[in-house]
Amino acid sequence: MIRYALGRLLAGVLVLWVVATLTFALLRFLPGGPFDKERTLPPEIMRNLERRYSLDGSLSEQYLDYLGGLARGDFGPSYKYVGRDVADILREALPVSLQLGALAFAIAAAGGIALGLAAGARRDSLLDRALALGSLVGVSAPSFVIGASGILLFGLALGWLPAGLWEGPLYAVLPACTLAALPLAYATQLTRAQVVAAMEQDWVRTARALGVPESRVRRRHVLRNALLAVMTYFGPLLATLLTGSFVVEKVFAVPGMGRFFVTAVGNRDYPLVLGVTLVYGALVVLANLVVDLLYAWLDPRIRVAGEEK
Amino acid sequence: MTARGWVGAALIAALVFLALAGDRVAGHRFDAQDPARALESPSLAHWLGCDALGRDLLARLCEGGRVSLVVAVGATALALALGLAYGALAGWVGGRVDSFLMRAVDVIYALPDVLVTVLLIEVLSAALAGLPDLWRRLAALALALGFAGFVGIARLVRALVLQAREETWVEAARATGAHPARVLVRHVLPNIAAPVLVSGAFRIPAAILAESTLSFIGLGIQPPFSSWGTLASDGFEAMRSYPHLILFPCLAILCALLGFHLLGEVLRERLDPRSRT
Repeated sequence: MIRYALGRLLAGVLVLWVVATLTFALLRFLPGGPFDKERTLPPEIMRNLERRYSLDGSLSEQYLDYLGGLARGDFGPSYKYVGRDVADILREALPVSLQLGALAFAIAAAGGIALGLAAGARRDSLLDRALALGSLVGVSAPSFVIGASGILLFGLALGWLPAGLWEGPLYAVLPACTLAALPLAYATQLTRAQVVAAMEQDWVRTARALGVPESRVRRRHVLRNALLAVMTYFGPLLATLLTGSFVVEKVFAVPGMGRFFVTAVGNRDYPLVLGVTLVYGALVVLANLVVDLLYAWLDPRIRVAGEEK
Repeated sequence: MTARGWVGAALIAALVFLALAGDRVAGHRFDAQDPARALESPSLAHWLGCDALGRDLLARLCEGGRVSLVVAVGATALALALGLAYGALAGWVGGRVDSFLMRAVDVIYALPDVLVTVLLIEVLSAALAGLPDLWRRLAALALALGFAGFVGIARLVRALVLQAREETWVEAARATGAHPARVLVRHVLPNIAAPVLVSGAFRIPAAILAESTLSFIGLGIQPPFSSWGTLASDGFEAMRSYPHLILFPCLAILCALLGFHLLGEVLRERLDPRSRT
C-alpha cells in the first residue's frame, strides 16, 4: 500500500512538471507582455523592468530559472502586485479557497449520500419524486443563478445572512451552499441510481431472507456497495471544490484563489498564473490519490487484486 | 415519450425558435439603444424591460440564445469527433500507444476544466486575431470548450472499445480477414455509438453552462453582443434596484439547461437500455 502511494506521488510530480511546462509555453504564446500599458514605456525602463524580473534571458533560460526556483519552493515574484511574492499571495488565498471547498464538499457528500439513500430505498415515493425534481433543477442551475437567488432571498429580502465578503463562519454559509448545490444534486442522483440497482441484487434478498434487520441491510449491504460508484465521482469533485470556484468567489466577493487566476491571465502575470495552476494541479493529484486509497479500503476486491501484483 | 421528455422538447423548441426569430419576436434589434428607456421595467413595448443602455432585454436574450446554441453545438461536435478518434485509437491499437495517449489525457484531467478553458480561450483568441470579433470569440469558446470536453468522451470511448475488442463478434469479423481499421469503423464503432451519443447529448447543457459561466466572469462574449452570462453579470451589478435584469437571463439559462437535460434523459432511455434504473 505504501509503495503504491509513493509511486502515485512520484507520478503526480511528473504530471505537475508537464503541467508547469505546458502552462509556461502557453503563456508565452499569448500576445502582449506583463508591462504593456496604454502608453508604451521608454525602452530603457522596459529593459530595467525585464532585468529586474529576469525576463531578459532567452526563453529556455527563463524556463530553467523558473523550474530551479520551484525546486527550492520559490514561485517567483508577482508582476502585478509589486513587492509581493506569488507564494505570499497563495498563502493568503489558498486557505480561504480550501475552507470554502471543504465545507461545500462536506455538504455535497453527506447530503448527497443521505438524500440518495432515502430516495432510492423508497423508490417512487413522494420523497423520491420531490428529490428527483429538486436534483434536476440543481444540476441545471449555474452557480451564479443559485448565488444570486441566495443573496436576494437570504441576504437582502430576509437579511438573515451576509451577502458577501469573508469575515466569519456566517459569511461562509451562502457561498458554501451555492458551491455545493450542483454536486449535491448530482451525488443524490448518482447514489439513488446505485441504491436502486443494489436493492435488486440477490445478496440483498439473501440478507433479508436470513432475517437481517432492514436498517442493517441498507447500511451494511446496500449503502456500502452503492458508495463504490459514488466514490469515483468524489475524487475529481473534491479537487474541483477545493480549488474553489471562480464564479462563487466572484459572486460573494470571497478573497480566494479563483479571482486571482482570471485577473492574472489578463495581466500576463506569468508567475502568478503558473503558481495558481500548479497548486490546483497538486490538489487534484492528491485528491485523486486519497480517493483511490479510500476506494481500496472500501472494496476488499481491489485490495486483494492489488496485493497479488 | 414521458411527460418530462415533452417538457424538455417544448423548452428546446421555444429556445430554438427564439434564437432564430429573436429580433422579430421582440420587435427591436438587440443592439438598438434608446437612452430614454434605460433600465425600464417590463412593459408592453419592451416585454422584458430594457438594460442600462436602453436596449430591449428580450432581443438581447434571444441574441444570447443564439450564441449559446452555436457555442454548445460547436463544442459538442468537436468534443465528440476528437473524443471518438482519440479514444478509438487508444483502445483499438492498445499497448504503448494506448498508455501514452491515456497519460496525456491524465495530465489534462489533473487540471480543473475552468483553468484549461480560460487559458485556451486566451490563446485561441490571440491565434484567431484575423477574424471579426464575434466570430473570433465564438470560435475560441467552441474550440476551448470542445477541447475541455473531449477528455471525458475519449475515456468513455476507449473503455467501450476495450470491452468490445474481447467480444466474439469482433473475433468473427477479424477471422473473415477484414482489415482491422474496417472492423473498427464498420463493426465496433456502430456498436458503441449509443452510450457515446448519450454522453455527447449531456455535453450540450454542460457547454451552455460553461459558456455562460465564462461570459459571467468576463471571458466570453464581449459587448455589443450578448450572452446569457454577460446579461446575468450586468444584472447582478444592479440586482437590488432592477431585479428584472438578473431574473430573466437566469430564467433563460435555467430553462435551456433543464430542457437539454430532460431531452438527454429521453435519449438515454431510448438508446442505452443498460443505464435504465
